[in-house]
Amino acid sequence: MSASATDARVDRRAFVARLLGACPDALVVTGLGSPSYDAFAAGDRDRTFYLWGAMGGAVPVALGLALARPGDAVIALTGDGEALMGLGALATVAAQRPPNLSIVVLDNAHYGETGMQRSHTGLGTRLAEVARACGIENATEVRTLEGADAVARRVAARGGPSFAQVHVHSDALPRALPPRDGAFLKNRFRAAIGLAPL
Amino acid sequence: MRPCDSTRAAAPAYHHPMDDTTHAPWQERIFELLKAADVRQVAYVPDAGHAHVIRRVQADPDMRDVVLTTEEEGVAVAAGAWLGGQRAVLLMQSSGVGNCVNMFSLLTSADVPFVTLVTMRGEHAEFNPWQVPMGRAAGEAMSMMGLAVHRVDRAEDVGETVGAALDAAFRGGQRVAVLLSQKLIGRKQWVAK
Repeated sequence: MSASATDARVDRRAFVARLLGACPDALVVTGLGSPSYDAFAAGDRDRTFYLWGAMGGAVPVALGLALARPGDAVIALTGDGEALMGLGALATVAAQRPPNLSIVVLDNAHYGETGMQRSHTGLGTRLAEVARACGIENATEVRTLEGADAVARRVAARGGPSFAQVHVHSDALPRALPPRDGAFLKNRFRAAIGLAPL
Repeated sequence: MRPCDSTRAAAPAYHHPMDDTTHAPWQERIFELLKAADVRQVAYVPDAGHAHVIRRVQADPDMRDVVLTTEEEGVAVAAGAWLGGQRAVLLMQSSGVGNCVNMFSLLTSADVPFVTLVTMRGEHAEFNPWQVPMGRAAGEAMSMMGLAVHRVDRAEDVGETVGAALDAAFRGGQRVAVLLSQKLIGRKQWVAK
């Protein structure tokens, strides 16, 4: 059976490159593992804070950042496994309603970093519906590369918290490793928005 | 009397000294110190001992109260706030410390200033044995994860200790926890007198 529109998936690297290319000024927090590699592969940028751990933390880090920087667009770019570990944060985001926070989940329905075990999104959990049920009404599923443009427009619009579940292929890609020194990444990020180290 | 007060009569038959709008002076002092330190985000899982500060934050147009589903979110929110140039604190009960353990690694790995105020359970006159294990481990757990841990037992020490924690974090770049002891907070009254 050929792939139908409802199970189409996109290449994660191409999607992230297109999204971040369209949002050059956005402040980005990436979840550990593949989303951090995808963002780095798209081109290292000072306004990206890559997580290498703190699983479940990408969305709440981005929330604190979005509340602190209401004039900037903020993207939490993470994966299904990382998002699943911090599902409660979707309710916390909905309670705050930051207009400038966009959550983008690259969902390959697997734990890619640990041997491609199936994740809950491949076993019945529908993330976009979870986000909507938590109170993030602007929650969509994306299955095409062109869909990155619509996500980018929502990022730029800063019209309320949004959630995009991007269905991506689960093929293993070469790792692209961003810097691992968290203090360096933090200071670089802060300097990029005009803040001193301490 | 506010309209919602009528519903309180039907609440479970226990009462905590901090449940209502009364508060101890040290609780107002904590709010004043947060305000003076320019703390802009106050993340919390509620506890009766923090109720006054939470109410004060909610009423302050320059501060944001961030209610969490689990305490580790607050560690991450505080780190994000710092990335964006704002100061944040996490208010939680000792039972929430265990929920934060791995997320504390974010603070150490990225060298993020951090303050948490922890209301203690499982110690003075504890009625609920389920509060004891995490209450006993809370201070050590945070210490093992790289936080400086200070404990306050007396109301007259709250201001100095909390103020020092805010300075050590936001001026000195440290990660600091202040344990507000159960004796300080007062007995939770489980049965009607």
